[in-house]
Amino acid sequence: MNRIFTLLLGIFAYCSAHAQVEVVSLAKLEAVLSSSTDTVHVINFWATWCKPCIEELPYFEEAHSFYASSNVRILLVSLDMSSELERTLLPFIKKKKLQSEIVLLNEPDPNAWIDKIEPSWTGSLPATIIFNGTSKKRLFFERQITKEELFSTIQQMKE
Amino acid sequence: MKTFMLALFMMCATSLYSVEGLKVGDNAIDFTLKNIDGSMVSLSDYAKDNGVVVIFTCNHCPFSIAYEDRIINLHNAFASKGYPVLAINPNDPVSVPEDSFEKMIERSKEKNFPFNYVIDETQSIAKQYGATRTPHVFLLKKQSNNAFTVAYIGAIDDNHSDVASVKQTYLSNAIDALIAQKSPAPESTKAIGCSIKWKK
Repeated sequence: MNRIFTLLLGIFAYCSAHAQVEVVSLAKLEAVLSSSTDTVHVINFWATWCKPCIEELPYFEEAHSFYASSNVRILLVSLDMSSELERTLLPFIKKKKLQSEIVLLNEPDPNAWIDKIEPSWTGSLPATIIFNGTSKKRLFFERQITKEELFSTIQQMKE
Repeated sequence: MKTFMLALFMMCATSLYSVEGLKVGDNAIDFTLKNIDGSMVSLSDYAKDNGVVVIFTCNHCPFSIAYEDRIINLHNAFASKGYPVLAINPNDPVSVPEDSFEKMIERSKEKNFPFNYVIDETQSIAKQYGATRTPHVFLLKKQSNNAFTVAYIGAIDDNHSDVASVKQTYLSNAIDALIAQKSPAPESTKAIGCSIKWKK
């Protein structure tokens, strides 16, 4: 009985850990980017090895809880290697208790997809896109964002 | 006072708008930077080569680390054909202590770098070239007047995480094109990398 319980617990832990991070392809991101709903989308590209990314993560987390009941969607797109999902990304999310929606983009050849996400992006991290699906207002930051910039841009996009 | 403020404003405006960087076909700006062996290295030192593979890279960035062996192999394959690698670390060691000059010396000894590895202490070369991330390649080609021009900008290949899965060897294709007296195609590519850590 005990063994079955441990096994079930193990399966549950495995599944719930997996539920946290979906491994996605470019198509999934393109679908989000072409969304036409009246939602402010904040898409942040980051990685666990990227120090400035980790420094700004708390702002996205704050925005996630602050705007929980409004049309604001925070999406953290990890560019960690997919082979690092179990070993690095999931433990990092657990340790930092991250609540925002997180996906891992698993696409080779960035040269083939960076321009499809944002033509002005040279490929450095962190990078953040904030846009409104209805008004088509859109801003792109290829650098660390400040908390003030994040909140004021979201607010501006909501109006 | 007003003039002073205006001058200050103009200075800030210029510094903001001068970060465009080099494009393919532009003349490569010469520089003199300190190498890990203590000597000073300039582009003009490569006058007898056919080109220089300038790579902005560093010690700490996982992408740079993933490419270290490939950069060594590129140098070993192309230096004898007149295209040696020149690695430049542009990062501010205050924000990343792992990228200090001392650590560069350590890393180059550990990995036995066969190429020059210089430090861009003022970060002005990275800014003038328009480097934004590590690794970031600027392949230079020597012209008949001995000046270097930019022939290719971008990525080393299309798969940082798995050498075995590489399909496009962008940089070595570009060097091969130069050796064959052709223009690299594509002449620029993009890659994900660590942002250069600028001084605050």
